[in-house]
Amino acid sequence: MDLLEINHLKKNFGDLEVLKDISFRVEKGEVVSIIGPSGSGKSTLLRCATMLERIDGGEIIYNGEKAAFCNEDGKVVYADKKTMRSVKDSFGLVFQNFNLFPHMSVLQNVCDAPVHVQKRSKSEAEETGRALLKRLGLSDRADAYPDQLSGGQKQRVSIARALAMNPHILFFDEPTSSLDPELTAEVLKVIRSLAEEHMTMVIVTHEMQFAKQVSDKIVFMENGFILAQGTPDRVFSEENPRVMAFVGKLTG
Amino acid sequence: MTVQTMITQLVFGMITSIEIFLLTLIFSLPLGLLVAFARRSRNALVSGAARVYISIMRGTPLMLQLMVVYFGPYYLFGMRIASSYRFIAVIIGFSINYAAYFAEIYRAGIEAVPIGQSEAAKILGYTRVQTFVRIVFPQVVKRILPPVTNEIITLVKDTSLAFVIAVAEMFTQAKAIAAAQTTMVPFIAAGIFYYVFNAVVAFLMEMAEKKLSYYE
Ligand SMILES: Nc1ncnc2c1ncn2[C@@H]1O[C@H](COP(=O)(O)OP(=O)(O)OP(=O)(O)O)[C@@H](O)[C@H]1O
Ligand SMILES: [Mg+2]
Repeated sequence: MDLLEINHLKKNFGDLEVLKDISFRVEKGEVVSIIGPSGSGKSTLLRCATMLERIDGGEIIYNGEKAAFCNEDGKVVYADKKTMRSVKDSFGLVFQNFNLFPHMSVLQNVCDAPVHVQKRSKSEAEETGRALLKRLGLSDRADAYPDQLSGGQKQRVSIARALAMNPHILFFDEPTSSLDPELTAEVLKVIRSLAEEHMTMVIVTHEMQFAKQVSDKIVFMENGFILAQGTPDRVFSEENPRVMAFVGKLTG
Repeated sequence: MTVQTMITQLVFGMITSIEIFLLTLIFSLPLGLLVAFARRSRNALVSGAARVYISIMRGTPLMLQLMVVYFGPYYLFGMRIASSYRFIAVIIGFSINYAAYFAEIYRAGIEAVPIGQSEAAKILGYTRVQTFVRIVFPQVVKRILPPVTNEIITLVKDTSLAFVIAVAEMFTQAKAIAAAQTTMVPFIAAGIFYYVFNAVVAFLMEMAEKKLSYYE
C-alpha cells in the first residue's frame, strides 16, 4: 500500500516553474531520500507535499485519499476539510532551522500539539513526551528552553515534537544542514534508528553517504524534474552519469 | 476655599485621571488588535479602511479628536449633549486614538515573528486561531512590551487633555484651584502626581518584561 503518491505535480512561483512534472510513491515503512543540486526544487516539493504551498497541477494522494487533484477543467482542487484533517494527521515535517517554539520548554514543545490538537490527556501526552525525549537522549533537557540547546539538541527536540503526533510519514528538509559534523552525526543516528524501526520517511539531504546507507529509494531531482529514481545501487551507478557527476562533485 | 476642599478636589481629579487611564487601556488594547488584524486582512477594502483609520488617528491632534467625539453628535445629528456624555466621550476619544497606535505596534510585532513558527504550527495541525493564541501572540507580547510601555507613559500625560471638554481630571482641577487661590501649589501637586503615576507604570512594565525574559 502506498502511503503517499504524487503524480505529475507542478508548481510555479509566478513565471518561475519550479516543479515541472514530479511523480513518485512512498510505501509504508520505506525510507526515501531526495537529492539534487541547490535550487532544483526539493524544498518546494516537500512544502507542496505538506500543504504549505498550493500546487498548480497534478495530484497528491495520502493513503488512497486524494488531498489535491485536478477536476474536469484541469483546475487543482483540494479535498474537503474533513479529508484534509485526516491527511494532515498522517504526516509530520522536520525543518532545517527547527522552528521550535521559543516560549515553550522542551517538554511543552513536544506535548502542546498532542494536548491541544489531538485532545489527548495532559498526563498521557507528558508521559509519551518524556519517553520520546528519553529515547532521543534529551531526558535532562525537558525543562530547558530552545535557546539553551545546541543545534543537535534542537533538531532532536523537533524530531520528538513531530513523533509525538504519531505520524504515518515523516518528512525531513535538510535536517542537518545547519549543524557542524559532530552534531550532524548525532541527528543522523536518530534518523537511522527510526529507519531501523521502519518509520516511513522522506528525507531531503546533501549527506550522500547517509542517503545511500539508510534509503530504500533515492530520488534525484534537477530543474524541477526527477532525473532518476530507484534503489541506491541503481541510482548511484553508471546508468546515471548525471547523478554520478553530482555525487562526485560533492565528495571530490 | 479651605485646604481640605482643595485636597478633596485634587483627589477627585486624580481618581478621574486614573479612571481615564485604565478605561482607555481596557478598550484600546483589544481594539488595537482588531485594527491590526483588519490592517493585515487580505481583503483590500478592510485593510484599506484600517489604513485610513490609523492615518487619521495618528495624523490629527488628540485634542481635536476629543472635541469631535464630544460635539459631533450635536452638530451631525442635532442630539442634545448630556453632561454625563462628557466622560464617555473622553473614553471613546482616547480609546479610538490609542487603538490606532497600538494597532501599528501589534502589526510590527506580528510581522516580526518568523513565518516558520506558523508553518510549524500548521504542520502540527493547530487551527489558525490556535496558532495565533498559543504560538504567535505570546511571542508578540514579549516583543511589543517596550513600545507599549512608551505609549502607556504618554497616555498617563495625555489624560490631561480631557480638560478640553471640561472633564475634571487632575490637571483641570489643579488649574481651577491655582486660578482661584493664586498659588502654584496645585501645579506642583499635579506634577508630582503624574511623575509618581508614571514611575509606577514604568515599574510594572519592567516587572512584566522581566517575567518574559525566560527565553530569547
Ligand atoms: N516562495 C518562493 N517564491 C519565489 N521563488 C521561490 C520560492 N521558494 C522557492 N523559490 C525558488 O524555487 C526554486 C527552487 O527552490 P527550492 O528551495 O525548492 O530548492 P532546493 O532544491 O530546496 O534547494 P536547496 O538545496 O538550496 O535547499 C529556487 O529557484 C527558488 O529561488
Ligand atoms: Mg531546500
